[in-house]
Amino acid sequence: MEIFTLLGFGEKGWGVLILTGMALTLCVTLASLAIGAVIGAIIAAAKLSNRWWARALGTAYTTIFRGVPELLIIYLIYFGGSSAVTAIGQAMGIQGFLGMPSFLAGALAVGLISAAYQAEVYRGAYRAIPKGEIEAASSIGMPPMRCLRRIILPQILRFAIPGLNNVWQLSLKDSALISVTGLAELMRTTQVAAGSTRQYFMFYIVGGLLYLVLTSFSERVFNSAERRSNKSMPRGMGQV
Amino acid sequence: MDFPFLLSTMKALLAATPTTLGLFSLSIFFGGLLALLIVTMRVSNNIVARNFAKGYIFVFRGSPLLIQMFLVFYGLGQFGVIRHSFVWPALREPFVCAVLSLALCTGGYSAEIFRSGLRAVPPGEVEAARAAGMSGFLLLRRIIAPIAFRHALPAYSTEIVLMVKSTALASLVTVWEITGVAQRLISQTYRTMEVFMCAAALYLILNFLILQVLALIEHRLNRHDRRPAERKPSVLSAFFGSRA
Repeated sequence: MEIFTLLGFGEKGWGVLILTGMALTLCVTLASLAIGAVIGAIIAAAKLSNRWWARALGTAYTTIFRGVPELLIIYLIYFGGSSAVTAIGQAMGIQGFLGMPSFLAGALAVGLISAAYQAEVYRGAYRAIPKGEIEAASSIGMPPMRCLRRIILPQILRFAIPGLNNVWQLSLKDSALISVTGLAELMRTTQVAAGSTRQYFMFYIVGGLLYLVLTSFSERVFNSAERRSNKSMPRGMGQV
Repeated sequence: MDFPFLLSTMKALLAATPTTLGLFSLSIFFGGLLALLIVTMRVSNNIVARNFAKGYIFVFRGSPLLIQMFLVFYGLGQFGVIRHSFVWPALREPFVCAVLSLALCTGGYSAEIFRSGLRAVPPGEVEAARAAGMSGFLLLRRIIAPIAFRHALPAYSTEIVLMVKSTALASLVTVWEITGVAQRLISQTYRTMEVFMCAAALYLILNFLILQVLALIEHRLNRHDRRPAERKPSVLSAFFGSRA
C-alpha cells in the first residue's frame, strides 16, 4: 500500500516529519498561551482599573486584537519584527536582510491575540469572586498583595479554566496560520508533504485528523482540570 | 506620517473590500442554511442523522479552517471524477472554494449556536401552541424559530465577527481580498506598520458597522421584553430607519 509508505517512518515516509510538526504546533501554542497569560493579565488589570486611561487602553487592545484578522497580525509581527531585527543588525554592522525567528514571531503573534481573549476570561473570572470575600480579607487586616495571592488569584484560576479551554482551542487553530512564516509546524509540514507527493487530499485529511487529536485530547485535559479544581466546591450549575 | 502613501494604501485596500464583503455575505448565507440543516439533524430522533451532525460539528470545529480550505482547494481537484463533472468549472475558481470552505466551517459553529437557542425555548410555550392546535411548520415558524433565534443572536453576532476575520484566509488560496492585498503591499514596500494600520482600521470599521446592525436587530427582536423607559435608540438607528 502506497499510503503506508508515504505516512510511514521509512525513508520515503513523512511520518517522523509530521509528528515533529505536531509537537512543534503544541510547543508554539503553549508558548503563545504563556505569553498571552502574562499580557492578558495586565490587560485585564487595566480594564478593571479605576483610572479611565487604563480602561481605555485595555478596551483599545481587546478591540484591535479581537477585531483584526489573525493573519494580518501574524504578518505585522513577522514582517514588522524582521524589519526591526534588520535595523538592529545594521546598527551592529551586519549588512543585508535578517529574518525574525519564525517560532518567536509566531508565538508572539498568536500570544498577542490570545492575550486579548484571555483578558476577557480573567476579567469575567474576577467578577465572579464574591465581593464579600475581598471585604472580609481587608476587614481582618490582610494587605492587598496578600489578598491578591491568597484570595483572588486562586479563585480567578478556578473560574477561568472553562474560558481558558476556549482560548486554548482558538490558539491551537490559529497556530496553523503561523505556517505562512515558514515554521515547520503541523500545517506547514502537511502542506510540504502534500505538495511534494501530490497527494493533497490524503495529507490534508491526515493533518486535519491530527489537529482533531490535539483539540479533543486537550479538551479532556481541561475537563479533568476543571473537575479537580472544583473538588472543594459544592456542585452547582454548568459543572462538568 | 506619509499621508500620500497612506492614502494610496487605503485606496488599494478599499478596492479589495467588495471581495471581502462578497466572501463574507455568501459564506454567512450558505453557512446559515447549512447550519439549519445540521441543527435539524442534530435534534432529530433519527440516530443516524443525529450522529452524522455530531460528527460534522466535531470535525469542522476541531480542525483549523486553513486546512479545510486547502483540502477543498487542492484536495478536490485531485480526483478525476470531480475534474470531469459539471461542478469543476465552479470548483476551479479560488473564490468559490473559499466560500465553500468558509460556509462548511461556519455551518458547524452556527449549528451549535442555533442548538443552544433551541434549548432556550420553554417547553411550556410549545405545549401551549400544540394545545391550541398548532403543529409542524406553523409551530416552528410562529413559536420555536422566533424564540430560538432571539436567544441565539448574541452568540451568533460573535460568530459573524469571527467570519469577517476568517475571510482573510481566502488570500492564501489566491483570492485578493483586503488581507491579501495588504500582504502584497507589505512585501512590495516593507512599510509594515502603515499598511497594517490601514487594513486594521478597515476591518474594525467593517466589524463595527456589522455589530451595530446586529445590535439593532437584537434591540427590535426584544421589543416585547422592555419597559418603555429602556427604549433608547442606537446611535446609528437614524441611518437604518428604526423607529424604536
